[in-house]
Parts: sequence; structure tokens; C-alpha cells
Amino acid sequence: MFNHGIIEKSTPLMLLLILLSLGIGGMVQIIPLFKVESTIEPVSGVRPYSPLELIGRNIYMREGCYNCHSQQVRPFRDEVDRYGHYSLAAEGVYDYPFLWGSKRTGPDLARVGGKYSNEWHAAHLRNPQAVLPESIMPDYAFLERPLDYDDIELHLRTLRFIGVPYDDADIEAARDDIIAQAQPDTGDSTALRERYADAPLGPFTGHTEGVNEMDALIAYLQVLGTMVDFTTFDPETMLQGQEVGR
Amino acid sequence: MGKIERDPITGQYTTGHQWNGIRELRTPVPIWWMLVWIASIAFALVYVYLLPSIPLGDRTTAGATGYTARLNLEAELDAVRTARAEASAQLAELELSEIVADEELATLAFNGGRSAFGVNCMQCHGAGGGGQIGQFPSLIDDDWLWGGSLEDIWYSINHGIRNETLDARFALMPAYGDFYEQAEIEDVADYVLALNPSSPEHATRDQLPGAEMFDLECSACHGVNGEGGRDFGAPNLSDAVWLYGGEREEIVAQIINPRMGVMPAFGERLDEATIKMLTVYVHALGGGEDVASGETAALQ
Repeated sequence: MFNHGIIEKSTPLMLLLILLSLGIGGMVQIIPLFKVESTIEPVSGVRPYSPLELIGRNIYMREGCYNCHSQQVRPFRDEVDRYGHYSLAAEGVYDYPFLWGSKRTGPDLARVGGKYSNEWHAAHLRNPQAVLPESIMPDYAFLERPLDYDDIELHLRTLRFIGVPYDDADIEAARDDIIAQAQPDTGDSTALRERYADAPLGPFTGHTEGVNEMDALIAYLQVLGTMVDFTTFDPETMLQGQEVGR
Repeated sequence: MGKIERDPITGQYTTGHQWNGIRELRTPVPIWWMLVWIASIAFALVYVYLLPSIPLGDRTTAGATGYTARLNLEAELDAVRTARAEASAQLAELELSEIVADEELATLAFNGGRSAFGVNCMQCHGAGGGGQIGQFPSLIDDDWLWGGSLEDIWYSINHGIRNETLDARFALMPAYGDFYEQAEIEDVADYVLALNPSSPEHATRDQLPGAEMFDLECSACHGVNGEGGRDFGAPNLSDAVWLYGGEREEIVAQIINPRMGVMPAFGERLDEATIKMLTVYVHALGGGEDVASGETAALQ
């Protein structure tokens, strides 16, 4: 019978064996991370968030929306029937951090973009029970306060630093893009859409002047899950290990 | 090191260790625990053999069953499609009037439409289609903005209203606050209120100061008597149904800076059979009409 005492009584042997087991465990966990790029599905259409969408995303995080709403349609029939195509890794390549969430008190939001009109979102955020009497979501009417986007360039630069492909022109135009997306009548939404294809356009909250936090949040919600062109996706190609086009 | 002996109180053996006369009982892990542990290892081995598990860089070991959640889903959805293929093909091919005429198919469409309504429509139009006053129109009355025949409803669902798709229903009411003074707009609002036959001023409304402006600016879309114009989604102003409120100040606000409903094009999200089922369901909610509006016929 194997005597564990031999290991316990020899410090070098014990050290060696500890390192060996940690090494195996570490390799199993770490090596796949080096190959993670190749697990991203080859689909087209995913673009970085526009500045307004990005701020909306920050508000989404600040308000803790992810505590009740997941952003991941799992590959199950009931979820696909309800929400649409299941989520792909490719759809999260510019999500820092990802907001998949794990608790579903409210519906999944991964494909909420375009499902409702801007007006519905505004009415629903102001008072969820006004449009869905059975909802238990708190109201977010206070988001109709001016949006503070003084540090938008810093946000974009930080994301560029960790790999999101914003170029200098994107960063320089960030403030204009925010206006153009929230108030397309005032700003240059054509230039915005050249940088950010099919960016959802306002007015999001019915206000014709200024940009408020709710505008940003709705812009973000309206782009969720709308970027990928699913005609180019085939679940079998997932196994071929191609890289996503960037 | 002391010697291993039986502890007289508990009846267990000691480990043989001894510190200043204190000895330690040897209490091994219970047998049941060890068995669970070994069973877990055995389970893991079976799992690794049958299912995708060990990561190998850009893929994982495939597993003997070849199962992946994504391919499994495809198979499941295929099975559903096959089971529904006949009904779906029938729904997609037949004219709406033919679907309604076939009792069995109409029942199928109504129930399928009700399910799809719960997922896609009730968030705005309410669980029973009752709408939201001040927000989204009711679908259970006979007061239609763009028409209530099967064809009209199909077109509205398929292409939506004032969205970015090319074939969406589209019409804009100008913001008259940009062209007229507050007092003039209030006069028109008074005239609009008098369009309702139950208004005391109805008979003599032509003498109201707002009559001229209504005739000039509003009647082209809303009709000479405010009966509405479905070609423009212009609501009937002579009835008691008011989407954005029928109080004088609400009407004034609507003339100054009008609110107009937006609806997504569900043809981009749902298949033809589902759109037709929704059409049959909405048409059956109470306000369904028989004859399509001229505009819908022209658009199609």
C-alpha cells in the first residue's frame, strides 16, 4: 500500500509534486487562453460601440442593469424562439467587460436592439408599469438629466489601449458623434454612420435639444444584438478555427 | 512517537503521534465519502469519454456522442420545422382571406398569432391588445390609423410604421408650432373639439375662428370633417378615441409638436407564416374590417 508519509516527510519531494500538480492544472486553464482568438466565430458586422452607445453601456453598468438582465441567448430552443439567434463569442469582442450576467429577473437583452421603438424604451424607462403593468422593474425617470461626456476621449483611448480599434479620427469626432446620434437633425449622422455602421439614431427620448443619460442608455439598448449579419454564420464553421474579420 | 493503541473511551485507534502525552485519534474519512469520491471520478471519466470536455487550443475533444449544444439546437429546430412544415407552407402560400375561410387553418393561425403576440407585440399594444392611452394604439376597437382589413394589418406588421426600412408606412405631421402663433393653434384645437357630433358647438363649428386654418392645413390629411385619412395614418378627429389625449391642452401640444408612433418592421424578424398568424389574430381581436384601404393596395 502506498505510504503518503514518504511524501510528507520529504520537503523537496513534496515541493516537486506540488509544482507538478499545479503545472498540470495551470496548463489546462491557461493554454486555451492563448488560442482564444481562434474560437471566435467568423462573422461580419461587429463594430466598436459609438461614443453614445459606449456611455450608455457605462450607465447600464452603473445602474446595475446586469443584476436582473442577462445578455446571452443560450443555444436552447425556448430561448432562440423567444429572443432570436443564440449569442456568439464574436458579438462580444469589443465588450470590456462583458455583461453576460447570470440572473434573469427580467428578460434577456442580448437581442433587444430594434425590437421596440425609441418611444417605447423611453416610456418604459420612465415608468415600466405604464407599459407593462406586471413588471417589477424600478423606474429610471431620473436618467433624463444632462449627460456628462467630458471624458469621452479618455474612455475611447483607454479602450484603444486594450485593443478596440478606435482611430484618431474616431476620437477627435467623439463629441460630434454623440450629438449626431442623439439629435440627428442637429448633427452629421451620415459621418457618424460611416464610422459606426447602422448606428441607431435618435431622438431617443422625445427631447429635441441636448443629450441626456436616457438617450445614451437607449442608444446602447437599440444596438444590442443587431450588429452580426447572421446570413454569414453557420454553426459548423465554428469548428474550423477561423479568425473573425476585424 | 508513541505506539498505536486503542483509545479506551471512544474505542478508536490513535495515530501513534504524541505531543507531551497528548495523543491524537485516527479518524479516517468515512467509507460512504470515499465511495462518492471514487464515483465522481468514474463519472468524470465517462463524461470526458462521451461529451466535449478537454480543451485543445481551438477546439475540444469531441466526445463519443458528437454532442454540441449548437448542433443539438439545429437538430431540435429542424425537427420543429419538419413537424410544422405543412402548416407553415400553407400559411405562407395561401392568401389571408383563404386562411380565414378555412376553419381549421384559421384556428391554428389565431392561436399561433396569440403566442407570437405575447412575445412581440404585447409590450406596446398590451397583453390583450388594448394599447396604452397616450402611447400605443388599441387593436381591439374599430378605430384604425392605417386600416383594419387583413391586408392593411399584414402590411403594418410586415413593414412597420415610420421605421428605417424602405417600405414602412410613412407620413409626418408638421410641427405647426413653427408656423403659427399659440393663439391660432388654440383656435384650431377648439375647432377640432367641435368636430365631435356630440359637441354643443358641432353644428355651428364653421363660425369658429379655427375653421379656416383647419380647412387650409389639416383637412388634406384628416378630412374635411375630421374623419381621418388612412393613407396618411391620420387619425379620426371627430370620434372620442384619442391616442395622445383629447383634452384641449393635449390637442394643442400635439399640434405644436406632434408625437407620431413608430413600429418596427416585423418582416425582418419573423417568418411569413408568423406574420400571417399575427395578422389573423389581430384582425380577430374585435375591430377587423373587410375592405383594404386604397393605400395598402397601392403599396402592394
